[in-house]
Amino acid sequence: MDVYLPIANLSVNGLFIVMLGFGTGILSGIFGVGGGFLTTPLLIFYGIPPTVAAASAATQVTGASVSGVFGHMRNKGVDFQIGAVMVGGGLCGALIGAGLFSLLQAIGQIDVVINLLYVLLLGTIGWLMMREALAELKPARFGSKKRAAKRRHHPMIAALPYRMRFYASGIYVSPLAPALLGLVVGILTMLMGVGGGFMMVPAMLYILGMSARVVVGTSLFNILFITMLVTMVHSFTTHAVDIVLAGLLLVGSVTGAQYGTRIAQVAKPEVLRLILASIVLAIALRMAYGLTIRPDEVYSVVPL
Amino acid sequence: MIWSSLPFPSPGLRSGCGAAASGRLALRPFGPLAWLALIVGLLLGLCGTAHAQGRDPILVVGASQTDIVLRQGFTGTELLLYGALLDPRGRRADEDYDIVVVLKGPTEPITLREKEQIAGIWVNAASTDYRSVPSFYAMASSSPVSEIVDPRTAAIYEFGLDYIQLSPTGTIDTEEQARFSAGLVDLRQRQGLYNQFDGAVDLDEGVLYSVRLPVPSNVRPGEYTAETFAVLRGRVIASNSRQLVVHKEGVELAIANRSQDNSFLYGLFAISMSLFMGWAAGRLFAIV
Repeated sequence: MDVYLPIANLSVNGLFIVMLGFGTGILSGIFGVGGGFLTTPLLIFYGIPPTVAAASAATQVTGASVSGVFGHMRNKGVDFQIGAVMVGGGLCGALIGAGLFSLLQAIGQIDVVINLLYVLLLGTIGWLMMREALAELKPARFGSKKRAAKRRHHPMIAALPYRMRFYASGIYVSPLAPALLGLVVGILTMLMGVGGGFMMVPAMLYILGMSARVVVGTSLFNILFITMLVTMVHSFTTHAVDIVLAGLLLVGSVTGAQYGTRIAQVAKPEVLRLILASIVLAIALRMAYGLTIRPDEVYSVVPL
Repeated sequence: MIWSSLPFPSPGLRSGCGAAASGRLALRPFGPLAWLALIVGLLLGLCGTAHAQGRDPILVVGASQTDIVLRQGFTGTELLLYGALLDPRGRRADEDYDIVVVLKGPTEPITLREKEQIAGIWVNAASTDYRSVPSFYAMASSSPVSEIVDPRTAAIYEFGLDYIQLSPTGTIDTEEQARFSAGLVDLRQRQGLYNQFDGAVDLDEGVLYSVRLPVPSNVRPGEYTAETFAVLRGRVIASNSRQLVVHKEGVELAIANRSQDNSFLYGLFAISMSLFMGWAAGRLFAIV
């Protein structure tokens, strides 16, 4: 099934793109991550121009997180208070990200920066998740619950001023903390075409110390708004959102997300986390390797 | 195949030489076949009046398509370029001439960046600018270009990948410039956008030529020029060109235009589509 992409200016195998969306959809359903961290590199690898890949992947993540947000809202799994603060931070982040994007593009280092970011972020988070999951998989004793309770928020977070209570998350922190988190995620979403769920979830759990019950829902809520924003910023600045590409990805990912949710209900969470950690680590390692070997394309063309 | 459907020997031609034959044929609608019929008609028709003066040979060219439409289902196409060389004396050329066909896409100014390994990581380091780089280039010839013309002539007419005029504007030395240009040509070649097919032009009876040039799906929209050259003893003796338009149409054109001119609505549309599909899938699966 050949499909012509009017913005990317090339023809692709539509079925392949749908399957790619399906795969990331399953991931997003299971783990509450958008799956953008998987889509963007694979699209680039497939030959889609990097900017188009990042912009369209952001659009796709919106769709992949919608039904998740609704689902978590029904179960009261979204902290709208923190969510709103994070979206506010994300708004600034997306704009800063847009500025960074054109700056890096002008000096020709956007690809390297994106790749390095992937390696650093995915590497760190993958490693942390892996350690966590392996520890949990060891003969489980009753202690695991207690340990989570011991971890209050990070001392640096507690030191921030204007602390307030976020009841749904059960924390008492300065709104600056979630706003900063939102800001960082906003920048990354703009640069990398990722929703940022893979780093938001651990950050909310271990840095902010939010209640696990609302973490995934609030993360999805944030992803939903940030990716909508990023789509908008991209359509204004880079004009790189390809709706045919995004549509194909969506067809796959919204279906995949539904299956993912079902898998998440029956599978063991620590096994799932181990799998996610392995995927994240594998991508990080592959990209790190890619940075050190001679690339296929030593030369690249930028229109003046 | 187009040659097999040619209308000769047609009654008009068999009836003998003269203006009548060619005149009759010329009345037909001027499709590609009519053109060819006309050429052949003229060639045979002029045989009686051989005292033509020493005019330049005429090269008549045609193309299977004059517009290539980029839309759903387009996975690239094959462009058939054909035509004939008409000798002013009305005979087929005594000597064996060669045909070179060059298809060029719209030019654009670009920056070319070169990656280098710095501290173990491959990053963009040096770069150079080009003022007019063709976004597409394909050349085909009836014999290897190096055997047809000398390098000077090849450079003048841009015969071959080594002779594309890229107009570099950088101030780097010639050697480095050559490395960059070779890198650019190599990159575009692997993207299928630059091609050279030595010996791909079929020359029938020394009169009719034809060649099929592949046009991939990643071509840029714009004005393309198909130039045909007849080369004899290292000299270009005749040339002619045809314009082709590569453009988007229908939905694809609408999408490309909206994304540029109406960013706000385009973005909103993309978001709504995304939200709707996500929501609809959720509802659908809730029912199932």
